[in-house]
Amino acid sequence: MSGAGSGYDLSVTTFSPEGRVFQVEYAGKAVDNGVPSVGVACKDGAILAVEKPEETKMMLPGSNRRIFTVAKHVGMAVPGKLPDGRQIVSRAQQECENYKRFYGNTIPTKVLSDRLANYCHAFSLYWHLRPLGSAALTASYDDNGPHIYLSETNGVSYRYYGIAVGKGRQGIKTELERLKLGNMTCREALKTVCKCLIKQRDDQGSKKFEIEMAWICDESDRQFVRVPEDVAKEAEDAAKREIEQEDEDSSDMES
Amino acid sequence: FFLSHLQRNMGPDQYTHTKKMGTLPTKQEAEGHADWKDAEHRMGTSIMAVQFKGGVVLGADSRTTTGSYIANRVSDKLTSVHDRIYCCRSGSAADTQAVSDIVRYYLDVHSAQMGEAPEVHTAATFFQKLCYDNKNALSAGIIVGGWDKHDGGSVYCIPLGGALVRQPFAIGGSGSTFIYGYCDANFKEDMTRDECHEFVRNALSLAMARDGSSGGIIRTAIIDENGVERFMLPGNQLPTFYEN
Repeated sequence: MSGAGSGYDLSVTTFSPEGRVFQVEYAGKAVDNGVPSVGVACKDGAILAVEKPEETKMMLPGSNRRIFTVAKHVGMAVPGKLPDGRQIVSRAQQECENYKRFYGNTIPTKVLSDRLANYCHAFSLYWHLRPLGSAALTASYDDNGPHIYLSETNGVSYRYYGIAVGKGRQGIKTELERLKLGNMTCREALKTVCKCLIKQRDDQGSKKFEIEMAWICDESDRQFVRVPEDVAKEAEDAAKREIEQEDEDSSDMES
Repeated sequence: FFLSHLQRNMGPDQYTHTKKMGTLPTKQEAEGHADWKDAEHRMGTSIMAVQFKGGVVLGADSRTTTGSYIANRVSDKLTSVHDRIYCCRSGSAADTQAVSDIVRYYLDVHSAQMGEAPEVHTAATFFQKLCYDNKNALSAGIIVGGWDKHDGGSVYCIPLGGALVRQPFAIGGSGSTFIYGYCDANFKEDMTRDECHEFVRNALSLAMARDGSSGGIIRTAIIDENGVERFMLPGNQLPTFYEN
């Protein structure tokens, strides 16, 4: 990685001879090496989950939140650099509010994620700014159904059935591809998502993790809220049990 | 409630509208102000819009006045702001034309960005924003009616101050004051397209018979999923009622 740029990676306003903007790619690496985050669109809603390692024993669980409510019908997880992520969330909240005030309607998710992608992209156009080191993983549920969008730091924005970013994303993506997400309810998917996140941990055993979960589904009245503690705990425990079961049986994962 | 006629806001204190409700057009009255001095084109008007299942019927008279001179006796007060969204304009002709031009532009951009037809509610919100934010400068009473796939047919009323109200049917302009009773008595929910059309024509005809600032022909537009159909009823074919 180091030295690959060889002089073309010093500024975001410089292209390499191959047509790459290295600074923007490096910003993407900030997300790739960040906390694992998963977004999944199910039959009756959408889920976001982020797995945070416990930085220090002195920290209260539930601090350093990574998942934010942007509007009643939209929520967002920000993998990568958290301060940059908060900037994106703030902008998203403003976009939602402005749209509502101007058009009289709640912002369609496609419009929101396009705007956020444009926002992230704008940071790559000026010498005196650096690109944001965080992506926006958006979950929403409107008249067109549940949506998951990822607006990346380089300015692209795509819609997904399910997506993972951060550490261990390749493994999680492989698991997600096997699932028939369109047929699962959010509750069922919660357990599966926890399972994916737990499985990709480097199993040193001693490190503690916290899985932050939030959803927007029929069960939550189509509002974006944190998954209730009991439901979250139940999903996590069920996931752990299943993993132990599999380790014993050494059988294929259920889908 | 919404009424606009020849009286205008005068003086530096703009916080009270001098427009009176339900007044017949008399020029010399408006608090010592001689109206004929700055008579612009006004549409003392009768306009209305009625929602039916699957669409809306919009109707208007065709008289535009400059003071007491009828500047245009066949004007078209039903203006398109998008493929399936129309507005009925009453008040100052210039103000309403300017506002609807701006709304047409906004809707154009919005629908291009969204990739689909805009909702009537969105158009009404644009009108409201303009009418409210510029309420001191404008004299515009507008009724928005149209069809969209989300709500079907819908009618929104934006009176003078810039409020936005959705109604099953709405009437406006100076002539509307004379037909509140008729409309309340004869409106029924779930009328068919043709019943609505007849309702609009009858009501406007009555308004035009009594209001000096309304007259000419009745123009109507029926908007549904398939598009817009426009009609014109000449003055000598208007439905007649009790005539001395």
